[in-house]
Amino acid sequence: MSSRPAAPHNVVWLDAPSFPEAARKALADTGLRRNLGRATATIRDKRLAVTGELADWEQLRQAGAALKRRTLRHLDGYLVQLEEAVTRAGGTVHWAADAAEANRIVAGLVRATGSTEVVKVKSMATQEIGLNEALAAEGIDAFETDLAELIVQLGDDRPSHILVPAIHRNRAEIREIFVREMGRRGRPAPEGLSDDPRALAEAARLHLREKFLRARVAVSGANFAVAATGTVGVVESEGNGRMCLTLPQTLITVMGIEKVLPDFADLEVFLQLLPRSSTGERMNPYTSMWTGVTGGDGPQEFHLVLLDNGRTATLRDTVGRQALACIRCSACLNVCPVYERTGGHAYGSVYPGPIGAVLTPQLVGVEHAASLPFASTLCGACYEACPVRIDIPQVLAHLRAEVVEAKRRGSAVPSAEALAMRTAGAVLGSPGRLALAQRAAALGGRLLGRGGTVGALPGPLRRWSGARDTPAPPAESFRSWWKRTREGGPEKEDGHDCP
Amino acid sequence: MTARDIVLGRIRAALADVPDDESPADVPVPRDYLRSHAGPDVVALFAERVADYQARVVRTEASGAPAEIARMLTERGVTDLVVPPGFPEELLPAGPWNRLDDHGPLGVAELDAADGVLSTAAVAIAVTGTIVLDAGPGQGRRALTLLPDYHLCVVRADQIVGDVPEALALLDPVRPLTFVSGPSATSDIELDRVEGVHGPRTLDVLVVDRDQPQEVG
Amino acid sequence: MRIALFITCFNDTLYPGTGRAVVRLLERLGHTVEFPQAQTCCGQMHFNTGYRPEALPLVRGFTEAFAGYDAVVTPSASCAGMVRDNHAVVAEQYGDGELRRAVAGITPRVYELTELLVDVLGVTDVGAFFPHRVTYHPTCHSLRMIRLGDRPLRLLREVRGIDLVELPRADSCCGFGGTFALKNADTSTAMLADKMRGVLDTGAEVLCSADNSCLMHIGGGLSRLRTGVRTLHLAEILAATEGDPR
Repeated sequence: MSSRPAAPHNVVWLDAPSFPEAARKALADTGLRRNLGRATATIRDKRLAVTGELADWEQLRQAGAALKRRTLRHLDGYLVQLEEAVTRAGGTVHWAADAAEANRIVAGLVRATGSTEVVKVKSMATQEIGLNEALAAEGIDAFETDLAELIVQLGDDRPSHILVPAIHRNRAEIREIFVREMGRRGRPAPEGLSDDPRALAEAARLHLREKFLRARVAVSGANFAVAATGTVGVVESEGNGRMCLTLPQTLITVMGIEKVLPDFADLEVFLQLLPRSSTGERMNPYTSMWTGVTGGDGPQEFHLVLLDNGRTATLRDTVGRQALACIRCSACLNVCPVYERTGGHAYGSVYPGPIGAVLTPQLVGVEHAASLPFASTLCGACYEACPVRIDIPQVLAHLRAEVVEAKRRGSAVPSAEALAMRTAGAVLGSPGRLALAQRAAALGGRLLGRGGTVGALPGPLRRWSGARDTPAPPAESFRSWWKRTREGGPEKEDGHDCP
Repeated sequence: MTARDIVLGRIRAALADVPDDESPADVPVPRDYLRSHAGPDVVALFAERVADYQARVVRTEASGAPAEIARMLTERGVTDLVVPPGFPEELLPAGPWNRLDDHGPLGVAELDAADGVLSTAAVAIAVTGTIVLDAGPGQGRRALTLLPDYHLCVVRADQIVGDVPEALALLDPVRPLTFVSGPSATSDIELDRVEGVHGPRTLDVLVVDRDQPQEVG
Repeated sequence: MRIALFITCFNDTLYPGTGRAVVRLLERLGHTVEFPQAQTCCGQMHFNTGYRPEALPLVRGFTEAFAGYDAVVTPSASCAGMVRDNHAVVAEQYGDGELRRAVAGITPRVYELTELLVDVLGVTDVGAFFPHRVTYHPTCHSLRMIRLGDRPLRLLREVRGIDLVELPRADSCCGFGGTFALKNADTSTAMLADKMRGVLDTGAEVLCSADNSCLMHIGGGLSRLRTGVRTLHLAEILAATEGDPR
């Protein structure tokens, strides 16, 4: 019984090239570079300002990490508890082993209401399972209501950021998408729409208002669900979440199984960690919490779909499991020097950036996302920013080993890289062989080097030497110098680096 | 086998490294973070932090509240005003507004057409500048404080607590809860913050202090 | 105190001057430095590229070469980090009880150069003289893996004649990342370009750091563009004196 989806579903895009290839194209897009550079710089500064306000930020991170650890180690018990509490409060709980099953459940629930459209709160889980496409196949229109999701949906685009899926778009592009596409999906953009963010937000308000007011079914994700009480919560800014969670008769929430938390009081940690890490605010404008169904207030029918879709496979890895602690704040994306340059599409997954590089390969299996664990310099900025202390560099290094092992298993012939690594290992495994190699390198350096540096290097090293000079190996290694000057008696003259 | 059995079975298999006799309480959770980041004057801090969200904050003594409310409603040009059930009648000023009660209950079109809503709150949080609504008296069901484009929220000074942990301890999770921190906003365009999207685009908060005893000269 | 120098395979082969500077500096401060000849490599490249079984003999070799010393000093923040954070991981995953014990015994005694100077030897003024405009790039591993904090800057501020200027966005990665520079050459180069821009903005003539690997990357770019900025390991600045300027 495999707990990973048989085929990687929407988690990775099937047409996605490897990360280095996709990154090369993204890096050449000057507009994208500018959009990303500006946006990530803005959010980095905001986050630092509001996390710096709390003297006990580290203690909050420790508590957040520990709560997630406690939850994950006892996940089965908490989920059963959650199911009982939600049911007691008048909700219905569904379980979905994979994306297809979750989509089937949601489509069936929507059909049962007789509605052919749903309004949606931004949700990574429904992105991950490709719910909109699955509903469309059943003749059900899904309208994204988060501004950035709306931009992505209208532009027939893909999300490139967890919090701000349209971060790759600037105001002029957004205006153009609104003017071109809004009319096809409902109320057209106002005449003479400018690219002022205020005007664009107003256009989204007008476009979506009629959809909110007539909606009978909403689909949401969940930022958390409390096992003890059955309380589910959504954290948002625009009020589109409140509209979806309040006005329709039926609410369907799709939630990854790892989002459960033990107690209501535990929210005191996450409601401090999440907004400050995510939007860089002390608190996001709106947080909605509901417990089952409340008579006379909000949806009178509530369904909670608990989604596995690769999470239990991730849970099985005692090192990689910590990735399930992610609260989807996206702080790691904003601080990542790789993400800042390439943007999210290069990762080829709904989960981009550092957390995506550890989550995606685990959700779908490393063989389906083999380049992602290497899409990092292991600089550690993500770990430092993570509000729940996911040691992303540690998991990346761990997954790199998994990728290498998977390749070893999959091929009888070692790759060029594996051969190079084996040779390096043999040379470095013995001081004598290392000294020999150093003498050979010094000789090579004398042949290739000009003025102490080497320009072009052969083979795959061209990828290095295309942009950088390399120092010519010096005539005398350190160990030769030591031997010459120290082992034979008192210190003699220093050696010289250059012949 | 049901999906429930499959998922729970996978979880148990995945957690083979967790000892059978380990209970959740055996996984330590350090709770040495602060209960509050607020100083002694939570009311002033609350007012400052709410204002940071581009919401307007006015402080008044109880006896002056109706006049303040009247002034704010007038300034905001409110005619059709939603008044949730249980709103304290003594705070309601006389004025030219058309009061909409939710006895009907009000339909979404009526709520959408209303100019504003006047509500109380359950709890307020100083550090984060947050008001929490729990559908109690004076707040009503959630749609009442959502659809009208202007929200005037009356908070008693003694409802303001320092920080998030203190607020959660006072709330009942069974009630529908809405945490409101400023007017609706978005940062989805170039991460530039814009106030005013789907939720009320204008938020005013009136903080009502108890009347000070008159000094005898 | 028996201080052993872990030169690192990279410095040994490409930057022997850094090793000589460490020796000169520590001897000037009155300490004796030993160089265990059996040493080779900490296994960082293998570990970080996913070749963990290949790193095992290197981890074992390290513990054998450096057994018995009071302190092991290395002029490389990333190699210090590899030893301190990851040798235990390799030993746990592939090694035996003996290796795990040996690793646990040795790692607390492994110091990056500025840690040894500031924390163990208690000096920040090492009597250096370096009359140049210098900017310091804190490498990712010195900043976030082994957390050197301001130790390098405290040492640099005491250097006589130095004109120390702050590097803009200093804490941002330079884009080296070991084999990352080959596997993701385009992204690496894009990051390098921004780092070089920061260096050039300072007007410094020398860029220094606690790791020659990042310096080879940034210096290689600066050299290719003929910027006239040279790179030097921190140790070489600290070793320089008025009588022996370098």
